[in-house]
Parts: sequence; structure tokens; C-alpha cells
Amino acid sequence: MRTYLDAGGRAPVHPVAREAFLAALDDGWADPRRVHAEGRRARLLLDAARETFAEALGARTAEVHLTPGHTASLHAAVAATTRARRRVGTRVVLPAVERAAVIAAARAAGEAVVVGVDRAGRVDLDAWRAAVGATTALAVLQHANGEVGTRQPVAEAHAHALAARVPLLVDAGASVGHVDVGADWDVLAADPPDWGGVPGVGVLAVRARVRTAPVGPEDEDPWAPGGVSVPAAVAGAAALRAVLAERAAPDPRAALVARIRERVAATVPDVEVVGDPDDRLPHVVTFSCLYVDGEALLGALDRRGFAVGSGSACTSSSLEPSHVLAAMGVLTHGNVRIALPRNVTAEQVDAFLAVLPEVVAEVRGAVGAGGL
Amino acid sequence: MSGASGPVGPVGPEGPAPSGEVVDARGLRCPAPVIRLARAAKDAAPGAVVTVWWTDPAARHDIPAWARMRGHEVLDTVPLEEPAAGDAAHGPAWATRVRLAG
Repeated sequence: MRTYLDAGGRAPVHPVAREAFLAALDDGWADPRRVHAEGRRARLLLDAARETFAEALGARTAEVHLTPGHTASLHAAVAATTRARRRVGTRVVLPAVERAAVIAAARAAGEAVVVGVDRAGRVDLDAWRAAVGATTALAVLQHANGEVGTRQPVAEAHAHALAARVPLLVDAGASVGHVDVGADWDVLAADPPDWGGVPGVGVLAVRARVRTAPVGPEDEDPWAPGGVSVPAAVAGAAALRAVLAERAAPDPRAALVARIRERVAATVPDVEVVGDPDDRLPHVVTFSCLYVDGEALLGALDRRGFAVGSGSACTSSSLEPSHVLAAMGVLTHGNVRIALPRNVTAEQVDAFLAVLPEVVAEVRGAVGAGGL
Repeated sequence: MSGASGPVGPVGPEGPAPSGEVVDARGLRCPAPVIRLARAAKDAAPGAVVTVWWTDPAARHDIPAWARMRGHEVLDTVPLEEPAAGDAAHGPAWATRVRLAG
């Protein structure tokens, strides 16, 4: 019996998405850019998917572009908006806790102006606003942080960006499908596999008023050179419709996250539960255990049937720990990152909480760190 | 090269002379540097200054986080001058001084 608690960016495929994907393989396998009956049928499915995304995001269908995936969306959004504004400047203002793809794209496109965050991971809004000015090509602020769950002040940020006439890119990859993202954005990226879609498609909404200049070789579809996967787009739209229809208020996962935060702090010695305690995503929770090797902890939990993520350096191929945890100034080793899938049960969470203290003690004991 | 811990001489031309123990955690990966430091801190007197030599990038963040959780104070972090070329195998080294809670 496995318990999957690592749904960020890759949730278990929603049953409705699976069904829609299989149906689209039958009906939408053709190239939607071709004008015969088969191509037109695929085109109809693709257009319907874009309409669904547009409606869910509060955008016009013409403003919704499909891409090969969330990382591609972010790369293209940063590159295309900054290129269109290169006469204004090349500065891209962003908090230190943006997704690595955004930071890399900002560095590639121009001058990345990185703004600090507080211990909870929330952007220093005053510093961010002070940095977004006349020579800024693009302002960036994620809707919420997918690693620690903290929500960002996008409304205040967008008001400033509008006044400064600088487009605001909002990475809503961890939020769409889980919370309302509102209308405080000029460019917004959403990630279908995060809400139960099938990997292979990303959603990028660009307000009609935002100028873009695509980067790269000429192609009929500059946001997805060569076209997108129609079945993946159809599945992503079907999953989004389903999760929005199923969504309860409040999200039952919020109570489970609160329970995890409270129980972990109470039952695991020397643990730091990170992220904002209240203004946060309903399904993401992260904590770090002092003197614990993150890789060993993940392995021990995996052997007991629990799949979790981690931002610790020892769980990645590089020596560097999560840049998000580092920017927050919290412990980076012994990190456990949880994103609850929507069908998680209280029993599964309780079972995880029941084994965690002994697993942490076991991993600490193995390196002789007990009692330090 | 790694693992030694005990009173030794000055940090080097760049670093201030330590007033207490030095923990050599060069070449060790997280969480080992913080564990070594915590062991030394456990045996040291309250208010003492412990210096840790480290090369692991995670230690830059985790030593201050550990100090904050334990009520200790990070005094400074400076590059560590290493006279022996053989020590360079682990990349740049740093020395961090921590004043233990009194």
C-alpha cells in the first residue's frame, strides 16, 4: 500500500483526465494544423481545451497559449516579454524564491534583479516595488511558492506594476486548480500535471495588452514550435473542469496541512516547520529536521510506503540545496516537502505522522546525532 | 584531512585567531558539518567561541539556521586560507565562528 504525498507539479492523473486522454487518442490524434476532416476534429478538441483554460483563468480564449510544459511556458514568457521591451530596458525583477526555470530565464534574457524574502518566504514587497521602475522589462511574482506553500502579495504587486506600466508575470503553477488565482496578472502560467492532467502540455495566458516578441526560429506556433499534444491538452482541460467542480470550500486538505504542521512540530524534536502558517496553499507543507540526511530520510520513508519530496542538497544531483529554503534562511538539510494529492485521506496523513518520529530518530541514530 | 576536531592554531592569514575549539568539517557533505559542530558545542563551555571549517555549500545556510534554533550567535564567516595544495580537492573552504549561548 503506497501513499503518495509528492503531488507538486506531478499529481496522480485524475480519472477524468485519463478518460479524456484516451478518447482524444481516438478522436484527436491528427495534426490540428491540417485542414482535412481528421485535422479539423483535432483542432476542435484543442480549441475546446483552450476555451476551458480561458474560462477557468478569467481570460479570453485568444489570450491562452498552449506550450510543451510548465518550464517551457516560463522560459517563453520571460524571453518573449523582455524581448518586446528591450528598448525600455533589460531588467527582470523577481523574488529569490521563484522557480529555478524563471530565474534561469531572467538571467538568459537580461539582468536579473533578485529581491529577498522573509523567513516565511514572502517577497519583500517594498524592495520589489522599489526595483520595478522605468527601466524594468518584466516584473515577476509567483502566486504562491510550490515548495513551502506561502502565498505572495500579487494584488499589491500588480497594482504597482500597472502604475509603472511594467507587465507582471505570475507563475501560478502551484496554485491553479487548488485556489482562485484572481485577475492580478498580465502573463500567467499554469501547470496541468499539477492538478491531475497528463504531462506534455503547459498553459500560458498573455493579456491582449501585453506585447510579446517570440524568441527562436520562426514557427507557425511560436509558443509550441511544431504544435502541442492534443490529448494532453484535452486531458488537462478535463482535469481542470473536474477539480474545479469537485472543489469544496474550505479545501479539506487545508485541515490536514494544519494537522501536519502541528503534529510534526509536537512529535519530532529539533524540527523547523517552514512557510507562512496561515496565508498559504491548502495542500503544500514543508519542514526540515536538524541533523538528518534528507536522502536517507526519503529512502526510509519510501521503504515504509510513503513518497515525499525534499529540497535538501543530498537529494539532488547538485551540491546546492533548495534556493527557496536558502533564501528564507531556514534549515536546508533533512527537508521533507509534501504536496497532498486531492484524494488523500486523513488516515493516510495520520499513518505518515505515526511513523515519522521513529523514522527521523532512526536516521539521526545512524549518524550518531541522537541527543545532540 | 577531514574529521579532526580539537584545539588547533590560527585559522590563517585571512581569519581571526579563534579563541576556542576548531572543528574541521572540510570535505563533508550535509548534514555532517552541522553534526560535527553540534558535538563540539555540546562539550564546550557556555559562551565559548567554536570555529568550524567547511566546504559544503549547504553549510553556508545550515550553520546559521542551527545557531538560530539553538540560541547561538554566528560571529562571522571568512574565506579559509589553505596552505597545503592537496586540500584544494574539496573546493573553497570557509571558517565560521559561533559564540555559544551563555
